[in-house]
Amino acid sequence: MKIGQVSGLKLGKATRDAFGAALVELGEQFPEVVVVDGDVGNSTRTEKFAKKFPDRAFNVGIAESNMVSIAGGLAACGKTPVVASFACFLLCNAYDQIRMSVAFPRLNVKLVGSHAGISIGEDGPSQMGIEDVALACSFPGMTVMVPADAAATAKATEAMLRHQGPTYLRLGRAAVPEIYPNGCDFQIGKAIQLRDGSDATIIANGLMVAVALDAAKLLADQGIQVRVLDMHTVKPIDRDAIAKAARETGAIVVAEEHAPYGGLGSVVATTVTQTVPVPVELVNIGDRYAESGDPDGLLEKYGLSAEAIVRAVQNVRQT
Amino acid sequence: MSEAANELSIDQLKEKAKVLRRHIVRMTTEAGSGHPSSSLSAVEVVTALFFGGLMRHDPNNPTWPDRDRFILSKGHAVPVLYAALAEAGYFPVDDLMTLRKLGSPLEGHPNMTRLPGIEASTGSLGQGLSIGIGHALACRLDGRDARVFVMIGDGEMDEGQVWEAFAAAHKYQLGNLTAVIDQNGFQQTGATKDVLDLTPLENKIEAFGWHVQSVDGNDLEVVLEALRTARSITDRPTAIVCRTRKGAGTVLEEQGDVNFHGKPLPPDAAEKALSLLV
Ligand SMILES: Cc1ncc(C[n+]2csc(CCOP(=O)(O)OP(=O)(O)O)c2C)c(N)n1
Ligand SMILES: [Mg+2]
Repeated sequence: MKIGQVSGLKLGKATRDAFGAALVELGEQFPEVVVVDGDVGNSTRTEKFAKKFPDRAFNVGIAESNMVSIAGGLAACGKTPVVASFACFLLCNAYDQIRMSVAFPRLNVKLVGSHAGISIGEDGPSQMGIEDVALACSFPGMTVMVPADAAATAKATEAMLRHQGPTYLRLGRAAVPEIYPNGCDFQIGKAIQLRDGSDATIIANGLMVAVALDAAKLLADQGIQVRVLDMHTVKPIDRDAIAKAARETGAIVVAEEHAPYGGLGSVVATTVTQTVPVPVELVNIGDRYAESGDPDGLLEKYGLSAEAIVRAVQNVRQT
Repeated sequence: MSEAANELSIDQLKEKAKVLRRHIVRMTTEAGSGHPSSSLSAVEVVTALFFGGLMRHDPNNPTWPDRDRFILSKGHAVPVLYAALAEAGYFPVDDLMTLRKLGSPLEGHPNMTRLPGIEASTGSLGQGLSIGIGHALACRLDGRDARVFVMIGDGEMDEGQVWEAFAAAHKYQLGNLTAVIDQNGFQQTGATKDVLDLTPLENKIEAFGWHVQSVDGNDLEVVLEALRTARSITDRPTAIVCRTRKGAGTVLEEQGDVNFHGKPLPPDAAEKALSLLV
């Protein structure tokens, strides 16, 4: 089953493609933007920018540590470096460089991790970023964004360039359904309500927003009306939207394409505890690495299906 | 360049080096912690840069975009940098005695968000040369005639990222970048040749396409000359391997054992060291 089919969503572009297109389009308007690449520009899609603005793009080879610290130096001189690699290589390989060359000195570096999650499919677990959101959130002062579709990604890219300070933008490899065919009102730190209901709330980001909408449709067929929130910004989290959802719907399910600790689920659960404590269920890939396979099969096998969310909603309503 | 600095004679510069040494010993002894031996080996290079007219900088305008940069990649040696910044007029000399104290911007390792004149927050070894490349690329993009100096420890050269940076600087032919390696022969747990022997450094760095000089890094006149030569090379990155003595100019340099890394002198030994530094 393809994601978004139940709720009749049209398949759109991959978020990495939307990012690459947006970046090159914004290149003139943001003359301080430069790209730093670690030999994956054709995967992260920064190559479009590099072609149009060759003087403003640096490919430093397969050397993520060097790549991130160079970006720190560029930012210290007033540039707005966009550093893109696979989510796993960027966050895991260069974690200390992000800490020391970017986050601690509060430099205006834009980290972009593509190929996040298990939906990259056949290349397998070594290429899947499933820890990246937790790692990114762990840095004091880091803004962390996980857009759901192409339109949201284009807006997130612009918001990221306008924002002053270190940011992380998480992108996927695969084409995803259009959540916002008519454009997206993307504001950093502000959740978007896609559907209302009073029986529970599903909070999701990235491609799990489409899966959440599918689940909401299946639940509606059973007479359960759920609210769906696109929590595209994990940090700073939208406390108000979460507290409101907890108060008005009494139960929350969080769905993300990530490992269970430190990602959106952890952040939402903490926020619920601190605001309006209600039962919370988490849908994620579990405390394990996935495997190679086709993306849809993987999402199904590793617990990221609409059915998994439906079960979580049923469970959380019984707690 | 700061005006007064240009006019210092070699004797005055040598006196300045002594002043920095005194500050380093005093401030670390007062703090009761820190890395005086790592700071002392670097005194001649820092003196030459800040007071020998080899670095354009303005204490009254620390973020002047056209300034030359000094990035201390071996951040634990920051007392030498604090001493130079204070002597150059970035902040009052008295502040040196607040080293490592709560509320003081003179932290145990450099924090660029708290102290004007600090170009990079370092302390996790291995990152400074890459940060320097970022500065060098940005200056080139903006058409600024600024030079970036990065000081690296010889133990720090163990970090793979340093070699990634050598390769990248060569790719971009960064003629505005100079790496100064403080080859004092020791790292934290012992002699560099025993921990991880990378000598000879010169031919390795040369093989990365850099211009390389090898000099006595505690001889001020030699250091001045080497830095002048580095400044004159603009078609590729330059490195100066400075053979130095860890703890140079104090009793520390004679200890030569593991215990002299990251250990301040006790007050009585510090008094004695200071009395010998006249
Ligand atoms: C990434 C990292 N690992 C370990 C340390 C701990 N450490 C601090 S100083 C030092 C030795 C440095 O030796 P060297 O670069 O030769 O500098 P020196 O003190 O001799 O000038 C070590 C291992 C560190 N600061 N950063
Ligand atoms: Mg050493």
